[in-house]
Amino acid sequence: MLYDTDRRILRRWQGDPDLAPSDLAAALDLPAATVTRRIERLREAGILRGVHAVIDWAALGYAVQVSLRIQLDKSAPRAFDAFAAAAREIPEVTEIQTFLGRVDLRLDVIARDMAHWQALYRDRILTLPHIAEIEALMHVATVKTDATLPI
Amino acid sequence: MSVAFDDTDRAILRVVQTNATLSAGAVGRAVGLSQPATWRRLRRLREAGVLRGRELVFDLEKLGFGVTVFLGVKLATKGRVSLDDFERAVSAIPEVRRVEHVLGRYDYRLRVTARDLADFERVLRRRIMALPGVGEIESNVLLSEERRPGPL
Repeated sequence: MLYDTDRRILRRWQGDPDLAPSDLAAALDLPAATVTRRIERLREAGILRGVHAVIDWAALGYAVQVSLRIQLDKSAPRAFDAFAAAAREIPEVTEIQTFLGRVDLRLDVIARDMAHWQALYRDRILTLPHIAEIEALMHVATVKTDATLPI
Repeated sequence: MSVAFDDTDRAILRVVQTNATLSAGAVGRAVGLSQPATWRRLRRLREAGVLRGRELVFDLEKLGFGVTVFLGVKLATKGRVSLDDFERAVSAIPEVRRVEHVLGRYDYRLRVTARDLADFERVLRRRIMALPGVGEIESNVLLSEERRPGPL
């Protein structure tokens, strides 16, 4: 359950996640203790799952980013679980998503360069269990990043 | 371009990755480093562009956004509709929360957040299918999502 105060806090905070609770309190003309308590309550309720740091992998030397769309051989029992467990063992996998649709699973994979990508793809990705079909989309540019939610 | 980062930097990144509101002192305690040394490293990571701010992570369902759909979009009339026009128009749709230009079977990958399937259908029909130059569209409904720490 979200109250108006929660919505005001989240709207403002989404626009500038670097703000500290005291900055939010000043911007919204609320007591600092109220903002801290509301944020704490949103965390406890599981509405706010966390405040993450955004890491730019390219700045860390990972220039290649690939989205792998995977169809699994569903005749194999526990294909999803076995595949996901094996994919978690690859450090360069930054995201694992499952879908309802033509694609069963998607992996976000980063690599330092094309040679590194080729080695990863051949030695780690293609050896993952129960792959029926695999298709790669190479990331060129991010046009719009996770925009704020209309809370 | 890329500056050298060592294992201590990576340990710091591992900590702040899922807990960006910790003080430099708390991060330092987690990785066995003094507060000033941690603060200097955090500043260096920010200045090098490795740490690019914070992100609030929500349970979307609890906020009333029950459906997330990933769309692969292929442009139909390349050359006639400019990529700029498409990108401007698609970025203006509030429900489209992420737009990536990709190479492969599709030209763009969109992340769409909607209240429910009916809401998604409205966005798809009225907004996305009406975009300039849009051709083939593939929709996949997100069932689960797991972020991994990456090579840190």
